[in-house]
Amino acid sequence: MKLTQEEQDILNGKEGETKAKIMQTVVEFGELFGASELVPVTNCGHLVTSFGIGLLKPVYRIMDEIINAGLKTPYPFTVDPRPIDYENVKCNVLDKLIFSKIMYSKQKHYEEQLSKIGLKNKNAFTCTCYLNEVGNTPKFGDVLSWAESSAVVFANSVLGARCNRNSGMLDIFGALIGKVPKFGLLTDEGRKANWVIEVKTSHLPEAQILGSAIGMKVMEDVPYVVGLDKFLGEELTDDVVSYLKDFGAATASNGAVGLYHIENLTPEAKKFGKKIINKNYKTYVIDDAELERVYKSYPVMWKDKNAKPTLCFIGCPHLSLSQLHAWTNKIEENLKTSGKKKVCVRTVMTSAPDVKEKFMASDDYKKLKKFGVNLSSICPLMYTNNPIAGSKPIITNSNKLRTYSKARYYKDDDIVKIICGVER
Amino acid sequence: MKSFKGRVICKGNYEGECVVSRQGLNTLATFQKSALMNKKKVIGSDQNNKDVYGKNLTGVALILPQTIGSTTGGLVIQTICQMGINPSALLFSEEIDSLAASGVILAKNWENSKIIAIDKLGPEILKEIKTGDKIKVTEDGTVTVLE
Repeated sequence: MKLTQEEQDILNGKEGETKAKIMQTVVEFGELFGASELVPVTNCGHLVTSFGIGLLKPVYRIMDEIINAGLKTPYPFTVDPRPIDYENVKCNVLDKLIFSKIMYSKQKHYEEQLSKIGLKNKNAFTCTCYLNEVGNTPKFGDVLSWAESSAVVFANSVLGARCNRNSGMLDIFGALIGKVPKFGLLTDEGRKANWVIEVKTSHLPEAQILGSAIGMKVMEDVPYVVGLDKFLGEELTDDVVSYLKDFGAATASNGAVGLYHIENLTPEAKKFGKKIINKNYKTYVIDDAELERVYKSYPVMWKDKNAKPTLCFIGCPHLSLSQLHAWTNKIEENLKTSGKKKVCVRTVMTSAPDVKEKFMASDDYKKLKKFGVNLSSICPLMYTNNPIAGSKPIITNSNKLRTYSKARYYKDDDIVKIICGVER
Repeated sequence: MKSFKGRVICKGNYEGECVVSRQGLNTLATFQKSALMNKKKVIGSDQNNKDVYGKNLTGVALILPQTIGSTTGGLVIQTICQMGINPSALLFSEEIDSLAASGVILAKNWENSKIIAIDKLGPEILKEIKTGDKIKVTEDGTVTVLE
């Protein structure tokens, strides 16, 4: 890789041992993928590591090294959601003991470390940093040093920014030195599609199942999706953006997709049309039967497969403002049908702190509270990771949460019936 | 003896058993449970990957196409290397993905890990070698199936 004199000096240790080691790691990473050069990061960072798990000793040690070397990111950064919210996601004494003393024993210390190196503010904890209310929203063509698979795929696909699927640690390294290696999704060639996905369903597919099917099929390749604009239209409205957020999260967690194009809808598909598809592309046809096959393939990991659910998480990735309103209406309608006043399964909806604050000023929030639903900015994945939660029958509409926990996946229309006690 | 030659990312020698994942290996889903519980060995915990679910992955050669899933992947690899419960070798049939690459580089540069990593071994390796087979890995990136 060709380095500038300044980059070479950093590598040679002119700006200290820690920065040299960071540069060495970034350069080696780029060289593995044939990167031609390092390019400047042009907007704020986003980190995947938000959780102070005691066992992540390398993180705290490296953070201390960074702090002691006096390094700070040139732009403020956001970070994934916190793992604990005792106020809105109630825990019993044993749960609290496991969370605070065993699993996330380093949370306070880690958040202090993040603040010292450039954390944006106390509300910076969300996986949906790109939403307008949060404000870490890259522009078309911005070069990013982000991790968090669902955020990376959104930034690339819906916003047209350029970011590789960086790992935790590499995200902060790139943000600190303000440079990332140019390869893969940072290049025009790497952004071309090598799959054409033909959506031939009778109605708008469930975002999380469609994303899952595509992710499992194309792995880390770039898919170009045709036939979805028929249902979503050609404008990135709030509802469409929310759909693409959930769709992308499933492509990235069930596969390794970092960028997708939706014909007539996402910016590069609109700009280049079919010219963005490589020759010799592969095709995957998705119809109702294929989606049902994928849905039925998800294993149910509960010990008692017929257990009554005791907890429901909606919002992985975090819900947008329009989704919070839509879910409130959906729950209201279903409670009317069941004749109940409150949900009959403990339900937690999650969204970014800034989105949550805005929603709390609305009448819908009062309704949601009346229905017995809790609103939190927790990371459901981090919550369900603990051994006690793992043994509970938890349900979710998130394919990502299903993948990383024992939570059982249900489609939106099914899960709302379950929590509202509507006979199915 | 059947052998495969790949690109050396982190060199080393290994002789012993292998575990083969024919599908993309979800790093977080596979390693998180054992790592979080501070176990002495990793037992694969990804319920969506029958090839590795319930199998010991510590000290073995793990043969896989690529890794998939959460971008914590590299950090997870670094952490299991720091804990000393990592597979001895990661042998990729395809080009290594960005998350696994980050993991082995982080482990090498920041944990002095000796984890072996070889990629571009070709798709045939996933067909020719099965879990439990004895293999030999050498510094030049050759993987040989032992009779």
